[in-house]
Amino acid sequence: MAWEVVIGLEIHAQLATNSKIFSGASTAYGAPPNTQACAVDLGLPGVLPVLNEKVVRMAAKFGLAIGAPVAPRSVFARKNYFYPDLPKGYQISQYELPIVNKGQIQIEIDGKEKTIGITRAHLEEDAGKSLHEDFQGLSGIDLNRTGTPLLEIVSEPDMRSPKEAIAYMKKIHSLVRYLDICDGNMQEGSFRCDANVSVRPQGQKEFGTRSELKNLNSFRFVERAINIEIERQIDLLESGGTVRQETRLYDADKNETRPMRSKEEANDYRYFPDPDLLPLLIESEFLEQIKAELPELPDDKKQRFIQQYGLSLYDASGLTSSRELADYFEEIVKLSNSDAKLCANWVMGDLAALLNKNNLEITDSKVSTIQLAAMLRRISDKTISGKIAKQVFEAMWNGEGDADTIIEKRGLKQVTDTGAIEKLIDEVIVNNPKQLQDYRDGKEKLFGFFVGQVMKVSKGKANPKQVNELLKKKLEG
Amino acid sequence: MHNKTLAELSHALHQREYSSVELTRYFLERIERLDTQINSFISVTAEMALAQAQAADQRLQSGNASPLTGIPIAHKDIFCTEGVKTSCGSKMLDNFIAPYNATVVEKCHTAGLVMLGKTNMDEFAMGSSNETSFYGPVKNPWDTQAVPGGSSGGAVAAVAARLAPVATGTDTGGSIRQPAALCGITGLKPTYGLVSRYGMIAFASSLDQGGPIGDNAKDVALLLNVIAGFDERDSTSLNHPQEDYTAHLNDSIAGLKIGLPKEFFGEGLNAEVGKIVEAAIKELEQAGATLHEIELPHTHLSVPVYYIIAPAECSSNLSRYDGVRFGHRCENPQDLLDLYKRSRAQGFGAEVKRRIMIGTYALSAGYYDAYYLKAQQIRRLISNDFTDAFKQVDVILGPTSPTTAFKIGEKVNDPISMYLSDINTISVNLAGLPGLSIPAGFVNQRPVGLQLIGNYLNEARLLNVAHQYQQRTDWHRQNPPKFL
Amino acid sequence: MSLPIDAVEKIAHLARISLSEQDIPLYTHHLSNILAFVEQMNSVDTTGITPMAHPLDAVARLRPDVVSESNQRDHFQCNAPQVEAGLYLVPKVIE
Repeated sequence: MAWEVVIGLEIHAQLATNSKIFSGASTAYGAPPNTQACAVDLGLPGVLPVLNEKVVRMAAKFGLAIGAPVAPRSVFARKNYFYPDLPKGYQISQYELPIVNKGQIQIEIDGKEKTIGITRAHLEEDAGKSLHEDFQGLSGIDLNRTGTPLLEIVSEPDMRSPKEAIAYMKKIHSLVRYLDICDGNMQEGSFRCDANVSVRPQGQKEFGTRSELKNLNSFRFVERAINIEIERQIDLLESGGTVRQETRLYDADKNETRPMRSKEEANDYRYFPDPDLLPLLIESEFLEQIKAELPELPDDKKQRFIQQYGLSLYDASGLTSSRELADYFEEIVKLSNSDAKLCANWVMGDLAALLNKNNLEITDSKVSTIQLAAMLRRISDKTISGKIAKQVFEAMWNGEGDADTIIEKRGLKQVTDTGAIEKLIDEVIVNNPKQLQDYRDGKEKLFGFFVGQVMKVSKGKANPKQVNELLKKKLEG
Repeated sequence: MHNKTLAELSHALHQREYSSVELTRYFLERIERLDTQINSFISVTAEMALAQAQAADQRLQSGNASPLTGIPIAHKDIFCTEGVKTSCGSKMLDNFIAPYNATVVEKCHTAGLVMLGKTNMDEFAMGSSNETSFYGPVKNPWDTQAVPGGSSGGAVAAVAARLAPVATGTDTGGSIRQPAALCGITGLKPTYGLVSRYGMIAFASSLDQGGPIGDNAKDVALLLNVIAGFDERDSTSLNHPQEDYTAHLNDSIAGLKIGLPKEFFGEGLNAEVGKIVEAAIKELEQAGATLHEIELPHTHLSVPVYYIIAPAECSSNLSRYDGVRFGHRCENPQDLLDLYKRSRAQGFGAEVKRRIMIGTYALSAGYYDAYYLKAQQIRRLISNDFTDAFKQVDVILGPTSPTTAFKIGEKVNDPISMYLSDINTISVNLAGLPGLSIPAGFVNQRPVGLQLIGNYLNEARLLNVAHQYQQRTDWHRQNPPKFL
Repeated sequence: MSLPIDAVEKIAHLARISLSEQDIPLYTHHLSNILAFVEQMNSVDTTGITPMAHPLDAVARLRPDVVSESNQRDHFQCNAPQVEAGLYLVPKVIE
């Protein structure tokens, strides 16, 4: 039977504030355990929450960016359950009245655009962490993360493959970074995701029973976890079993999902409005002010890149996948005064490959925009060929200096002097009499051989266009 | 010294007739000698008190004292006091040394008041008789067989027995006013949000409000001057300009429109208590007030509404007591669930458990609309009743409690009859209004309290009416015979 | 209304309070009485009435995003039943 996969994602984006959502404790990552858990975070008797203004701004920014109505009135509610990393025995979240309502976002799959619905986004506080290293058979609780502001972004079950899920997740990742509301650091848990996954026979209207996958803290894990969960569900259904609605934990080491013991019993969260917090009102003036502060959004930027620089949808999407990458690209276009397509090729090609290989972000690039622009200028003014440029680029990456220095030091300057090239061609013709004869007898395929030989003796430095022209003349005799 | 008003004590301290240290020692000695009869204190902080008194004396000497500098005060054990056990009347927090001060406590410290200790209370403020305290019941100074009321029973009994000149209390459904009535003293529940809740251990967050307890209206006004005020740590704190609550005490009440809700004078009101209230009303009429019969038609629903809303909020507020970061932890927990269940079963008393369970039920899936939401809707109707009433009258008056103090043990096994003793006070909390109880007479040597209810932020008006009444009567000057 | 015993057990579990065998009938009795008592609420038609979650129709006040708290771990952990290496210890957490 053919199965259709249905995926919805709940993304938790940690908002990049200095202090926590309801307390004045620092949100800095990596502090010694419990040194950033203040009285409010610990839920000491008598303490009270006060909402951080910045998180409201950030959530409103997100709402505006996905074209969703930002609620003029939203309410914080308590989600009640007992867990050692939840000091108060309830999590302050938003339930019936979230700050951001229905919106949508475009993703690209195989060059085609697809719209993914966003059901809602709401503010909530993060929980602490249970550490499972053994303390005489006990667990240790670190509450530093408690109270860190989160924006939970809930999608519609609109995705039909793990690939779409990843595309969506990357799009949201890029958006929150564009908006400067989340650092997107997945290793530190600033951007995490739960996936609701189900399968149904192709053509069936009703959704199948879903499982909720937790602990997906990298794009790779999301893809792998969804894939094996799909397999598990299909195997189960095809062997006559049924899928249970349950929460499953992804174990990256074993690459498997298993039911979460702590979620085995059906929860009754007893949501009710938090009496310690009053309704949050957002006035239209406040929204206007935030609107004015919004940066150019990825989709707008993408359209502009296509129009302004004549780039393909593919290049434009890639270059606008992060604000920093887009800025990098635009800067080298400006600095190098070169063809935008050439710039795009270098950023998306050699630079992206090296970044990828070294697991670096564009902001960590070892080649600065100034350096890359200078090199591109040398391609444009024919000092070096595109092929030689690859060498120069690698040398720059390895810290050997600027393009001009490397070209100079390694003697990579392109040979454009007609006389010098003719000399090289003569040398090649003299050394290959048989090939010359064959060519002249009509074996025109051998033209490529001669080009290759000339380039070889020039150590790649001869201007290829000139080599072609001059060689043609000489061979014809 | 113990029969002096705050104004008199303040005057004496400022005139150096005696020092704060002497005054503090005097009250510490009374507590030591007399509190065994009524059990009004959980902790007495003698050493700290004397240190604070010394500091107060220095301030008095150097001339930068405020009106209440050097005056001893007792704090209800619901307010966090840094370095001092803050038990909230519960075994759960018997070992809890608060690591910070409640805003109210901090304000008192800043004003130079001297903390004598922490007063006994119903466990987590859940009770109307002070019998639910882990530290044993408080006894009514007028009759030690009777309850003092609750939950601020310790604070009220301590002031009534003159073991402390003034005290702080909290009022969620009548917890300042009902015991004040039953012990014959003056107690104010301010407008919700006037006094910061930061550091005041939460019972029901949308109802809890701290307030002053004293011998008379002026003392209460003086203490309110210290503890009222905006607090940025409490999201529900009102940003209301600082007032001097003593400023209008001497204003005439001629022409004051007093509303008498017929619901407060109906079935359930003890006839003798009714007579005393009638007499008090006459007194105010003679002072120039006019009387108007009004209706608060949803009053009878305030108790059921309260017994959904308060337990719902408390069930969540008390989830933090889980044996992990502070408070009681059971011995040798087998696993997490066992840790939670046994720690909480052992740490909480029966009434607290009852309320947590009722609240848990009222919020649970399938019952939320029928209980919690319904209660919140009726709460609106109750509040609207007051809004309508205040279009016609300036203050509302009635008995604080339908009866005088009942015997210890009398209602322990009948929660509902206990709940009904707060029928006249609860609606005020539901609406968030200010309410004041003042002594108005006795039935069989047990005090009767008169409740005055004002519109939002009309504390000064309530205190004015109370003061004028106290100028014409001396019920507030009576002391229990054993504590003269 | 009378609560069935298993409902009381379920509530006690949700509230994480262990009840002994002899406690259950007493709690069942008291809780049932309270629920019967609050039934009075049904005498009022509340259709269309906005629930009142809060006594004041006030709105949220916001605080600036400023770090105002410093490390007080040792001070706070004085009250903790069991700590090690700055962590609060609990029986093994199984996810």
